[in-house]
Amino acid sequence: MKARHQRLLLIAAALAALGLIAFFVFSALNENMAFFYAPTDVKAGKAPKNKLFRIGGLVQTGSVQREADGVTARFIISDTAESVAVRYRGILPDLFSEGKGVVAQGRLNDEGIFIAQEVLAKHDENYMPPEAAQALQKAHETGVSQMPPPSP
Amino acid sequence: MQFAHLYKFAAPAAFYPLAGRLIPWFWGLAALFGAIGLWLGLFVAPADFQQGQGYRIIFVHVGASWMSMFLYVVMAFWAAIGLAFNTRLSGMMASALAPTGALFAFISLWTGAFWGKPMWGAWWVWDARLTSELFLFFLYIGFIALTRAIDDPRRADRAGAVLALAGVINIPIIYFSVKWWNTLHQGASVSLTKSPSMAAVMLWGMLFCALAMWMYAIAISLIRARGIILERERHADWVKALLTEAAGGH
Repeated sequence: MKARHQRLLLIAAALAALGLIAFFVFSALNENMAFFYAPTDVKAGKAPKNKLFRIGGLVQTGSVQREADGVTARFIISDTAESVAVRYRGILPDLFSEGKGVVAQGRLNDEGIFIAQEVLAKHDENYMPPEAAQALQKAHETGVSQMPPPSP
Repeated sequence: MQFAHLYKFAAPAAFYPLAGRLIPWFWGLAALFGAIGLWLGLFVAPADFQQGQGYRIIFVHVGASWMSMFLYVVMAFWAAIGLAFNTRLSGMMASALAPTGALFAFISLWTGAFWGKPMWGAWWVWDARLTSELFLFFLYIGFIALTRAIDDPRRADRAGAVLALAGVINIPIIYFSVKWWNTLHQGASVSLTKSPSMAAVMLWGMLFCALAMWMYAIAISLIRARGIILERERHADWVKALLTEAAGGH
């Protein structure tokens, strides 16, 4: 075996070892790598107690309410299986709307209501003109399309 | 072997004039693709159904992010070749690519922050995608700093190559971070395994912009490689001949 082939093998072996290390590190960190917990995780008690954490899911359609003071919003974050009620006092991002993704940071109070300190909108990877979104929505309503409707 | 004659371009003396001939072509392609991409992206493509006009950041952001990852892989490839075969040109190519990669990583982070504030409601969050891209930017900066800190170019190349190769693990982490973990950053709109979840004209605009950045990256890296070759080979006869010719001829 020539020296340069030996070096090539050595590099390949070192890279494989590094990859393996990275794999194990990230497997071990898996829980902590999550940016947010889903409502199902929260109900299962996986979310940290008495500590700030983030909760992510969809804003349940029809759940957004404003309190009398005008700046406090109440809504429900759901992952279709479980849901958590959220209260937030502050400005909601532009993309925040019912049926869309959202990530809120805060903590659970004693009644199980999530008191959010920060609400971020999480949108999906779909990009299309508004007309196309409307057409899809219409097709879905009339039962022409099997595709899920875009959630505007 | 059919491609055996290509190996002669591994010699800096042969690569230097070849790069010089290629550079104008890549500049031309960059300008052409850039014009098409920006025209499609800014004039033809409609607004997005939920993000409105703000989504147009993708025409810069996506291409820059792709290039930041791709250039790193190319850099690591040259680093591996240099380590294994001890070729002179490999280290020069890796050094030539690093600043452009760092630039694209920075553009990706910067445009992402500008987009994140109105869309998400935050300039920056420590999710897996954003954090690993920031790490990529630091890897580029670290590579540049490390190779510049060592005076002997061959030793500098070897040290840089080890760093570049170790850091290549980060590339799949960036790419798959949105799949493996919950992130605020959305998933991929364009991937090899499914049809793109993006209207065709938006997609074409984005692809042409990305191609333009690719061509730009090649052109600017070749220019930088030529500069590095001249600097490192300044005592070689062919460089002296080239310089006297340039000085006498004009």
